[in-house]
Amino acid sequence: MPGSSAAPARVNDFTIRFANVNGSGSASANSLILKAICRMGVPVVGKNFFPSNIQGLPAWYEIRVTRAGWRARGASVDLLVAMNAETYARDLADVAPGGWLVYDSSWPQELLHSRADVQALGVPLAELCTEHFEGGRTRTLMKNVMYAGVLAALVDLDPAVLRGLLDESFARQQRLRDTNVRALETGYQWARAHWSCPLPLRVERMEATRGQVLIDGNTAAALGCLYAGATVGAWYPITPSTSLMDAFRGFCAQYRVDPATGRHDYVILQAEDELAAIGIVIGAAWNGARAFTPTSGPGISLMQEFLGLAYYAEVPAVIFDVQRVGPSTGMPTRTQQCDLLACAWASHGDTRHVLLFPDSPAECFTMAVQAFDLAERLQTPVFVLSDLDIGMNDWLTPELTWDDGYRPDRGKLLSAEQVAALTTKFHRYLDPDGDGIPYRTLPGVSPKAAYFTRGSGHNRLGAYTEDSAEYQDVMDRLARKFRTAATLVPPALSDGQGASLGLVSFGSCDAPVREALAELRAGGLAIDYLRVRAFPFGTEVEEFLAAHAALFVVEQNRDAQLRSLLTLATAVDKRRLFSILHYDGLPMRARCIVDGVRAVLAEGVQA
Amino acid sequence: MSFLPKPKVAHPGLPLNALGLNRRDYEGVMSTLCAGCGHDSVTAAIVQACFELELPPHNVVKFSGIGCSSKTTAYFVAGAHGFNAVHGRMPSIASGAHAANRHLHSIGVSGDGDSLSIGLGQLAHVIRRNPRMLYLIENNGVYGLTKGQFSASADVGTRSRRGDVNEQRPLDPVLLALALGAPFVARGFSGDREQLVPLLKAGLSSGGFALIDVLSPCVTFNDHEGSTKSYAYVREHREAPVALDYIAPRRAIEASYAAGEVLPVTLHDGSRVLLRKLEPDYDPTDRTRAAAFVQERALANEYVTGLIYMEPERRDFHTRHNTADAALNALPFARLCPGAGKLAEILREFR
Repeated sequence: MPGSSAAPARVNDFTIRFANVNGSGSASANSLILKAICRMGVPVVGKNFFPSNIQGLPAWYEIRVTRAGWRARGASVDLLVAMNAETYARDLADVAPGGWLVYDSSWPQELLHSRADVQALGVPLAELCTEHFEGGRTRTLMKNVMYAGVLAALVDLDPAVLRGLLDESFARQQRLRDTNVRALETGYQWARAHWSCPLPLRVERMEATRGQVLIDGNTAAALGCLYAGATVGAWYPITPSTSLMDAFRGFCAQYRVDPATGRHDYVILQAEDELAAIGIVIGAAWNGARAFTPTSGPGISLMQEFLGLAYYAEVPAVIFDVQRVGPSTGMPTRTQQCDLLACAWASHGDTRHVLLFPDSPAECFTMAVQAFDLAERLQTPVFVLSDLDIGMNDWLTPELTWDDGYRPDRGKLLSAEQVAALTTKFHRYLDPDGDGIPYRTLPGVSPKAAYFTRGSGHNRLGAYTEDSAEYQDVMDRLARKFRTAATLVPPALSDGQGASLGLVSFGSCDAPVREALAELRAGGLAIDYLRVRAFPFGTEVEEFLAAHAALFVVEQNRDAQLRSLLTLATAVDKRRLFSILHYDGLPMRARCIVDGVRAVLAEGVQA
Repeated sequence: MSFLPKPKVAHPGLPLNALGLNRRDYEGVMSTLCAGCGHDSVTAAIVQACFELELPPHNVVKFSGIGCSSKTTAYFVAGAHGFNAVHGRMPSIASGAHAANRHLHSIGVSGDGDSLSIGLGQLAHVIRRNPRMLYLIENNGVYGLTKGQFSASADVGTRSRRGDVNEQRPLDPVLLALALGAPFVARGFSGDREQLVPLLKAGLSSGGFALIDVLSPCVTFNDHEGSTKSYAYVREHREAPVALDYIAPRRAIEASYAAGEVLPVTLHDGSRVLLRKLEPDYDPTDRTRAAAFVQERALANEYVTGLIYMEPERRDFHTRHNTADAALNALPFARLCPGAGKLAEILREFR
């Protein structure tokens, strides 16, 4: 019997993995469990590992219960819910020694009982579903809810919390609600009748999730677009960015439709490809609308030419790159941080772009708003480099807040009144303020405001030129503008007390890095941490690099792209930068960093 | 040399339009195209059309891609903003700009290389989106700036100046636009301003996507014997089934027409066009038959010119999107941002 296990109790600190079949309806059951744990006040991490497929291929979902509030993926699998016969063998192999495995015992599975150090628990889900429900589809779907009930008994989830969640989900579908509750209860009661519940792995109420929400980065970014006042969104569907536009569309339908007339205060355009998507964004932003496009690596590749135009002609644009595994089509449903260089230097010729690196859905929200401000302030494309892990997984996030005093920074955009007050002809590319940022005007304001936008050589007046000095004059000002950008982007955040060892990272690595640092520091290692939040780098990055004798650079790509960016854009000696790289497409674990740091130190690196 | 300064001296006797502007106020900088280039005549026709339509120059926006034709947006309406985009991708820039402000008069100028080769996809999809926009293809069958390669509109059997013969079938933008559902399709000839100016005016007033394919000979690379895009060839091989007269809003129809001979159509802005049938059986509101007619005449080596098809009732871009009347770029922030209170409400769903 499970309860009789000699394993020490692990309260609020374990990982459950669900092995499912894609498209079988398991996502809602898994999310139900995630939310229930969160509502019991216990911090959780949810990670979805899904295939590039609509139905049939294996999919996994992991829930880490973490009383310490870590945000990274769990270190091991302690309890596995094996719902996919096709992956039984590898699922069983993945369970940590001393762990448990739950499966559908409607059919005997000798294999699952073959590990002496793993206790397999069979529950006849299919039989129970046949007994309690009518219709093939219902039986399949209710199997998921039923295993949620089984799990609730095993890890001691509060059934009232689960029922409450079902009540909310099916508030307007009473019959569906009743069916779900029945499936949940059946699983729960069966487990309690047959096993001694709970397991030593169990959830105990805490008060650690108050004021927090479970939200994914794409939804949070879409909220940022809504709140920043974006009115034009253009896109071409691509995993894993699609849900960003879906969410924006949903929010607009709710908050951007005139209730009296039904008219829309937004336009969402599904373009024919990413080239057109970024073209639409550039056209709209050139004409004064806040415009954005969500995409991923392949889209970035296609947008290159237009991005160079926007850089050189100085047109704002906001691009969300929800990074996925490359190169080429790569693995569309796996995560990586592999587009840094492609975005930083997007397009031919001398170009440089502003990049923002959110570490979580919370920063997807705030940085979305900052991206629009920066794009208009700097009159240039701004990339928000999120990734699939942040974009598509639900993260426990402090409730997003909004300051009603916020006003969009439209930058140096001349109003109709300012144009009217001009005593000389308007010229587009002058630099009267010395920060490299020129003034711009919108069409339709005044014949005095007109100028010609072009990607061909132009002088500071905006006229076509092939004159060397005139061309260089504009290019030098653009370089000056980029130096200004370094003073406006969100600064890197550091944590440390002047150790001689440093660690530099960014984006979704922050979660495992923080956990790894805690372990390393607990082990007596003095190490400081810098989380880079934008490119170009501010002086604080240069200072941090200079102040540390040896630095670990942690990132999720093969070619150490952040390290490259650091060596190219700062004075750091690259021999002092040690890469810790993770690029298998799954979210990074803290272990990878702890081991990586120790391995380098073991080689005798002098800190 | 950056550009040629253009002397801006207007004859005091030049007629003024209702805005108090003369024709020259609708000009742009000096053209740098070859002397005699068909595109310069198209530019002059655009200047005349905008002047006669009395468009406030700053309410015009000009879009173009890359190529000789795309340079011309600098040569008209200097008081308008212009956007010279990347090769073949002007339609997406124009679509975005139109999304941001529906009240401007968009004029896109492209060429056969820009629209029919590198930009064919963008052209097809902007037609499907149907923004209110006049879209000109200055069609000369060759790439001029790269010295005379065939474009996708070169006819089979056309001989290049170097002596190569084209064997690939041409793309006809008129047939393409008809197939893709453009609500206004016409063909002009840069050598016939009398026909072109009313087409431009009607296109600008049509309320949707108006495509005009303008045969515009390249005097340097494609005006020789053996070309089907030369001045001489086009003059000899064109026919118009319909003559179009443009009548400004609130202007009375002055000419008298025999009953049944003329089809009056009211356009989006209240102006009207009178369509006079020159070909008795031709119906410019029948898309399928218009396409058949163009194809039949092409087999007989004839270009069909003038208004070819018109569908005034098509739902345009903003009607389909149900966009607010006010330009999106002018909506007050308070109307766009739901505020802190609503955010808390939204987040309740995520607890």
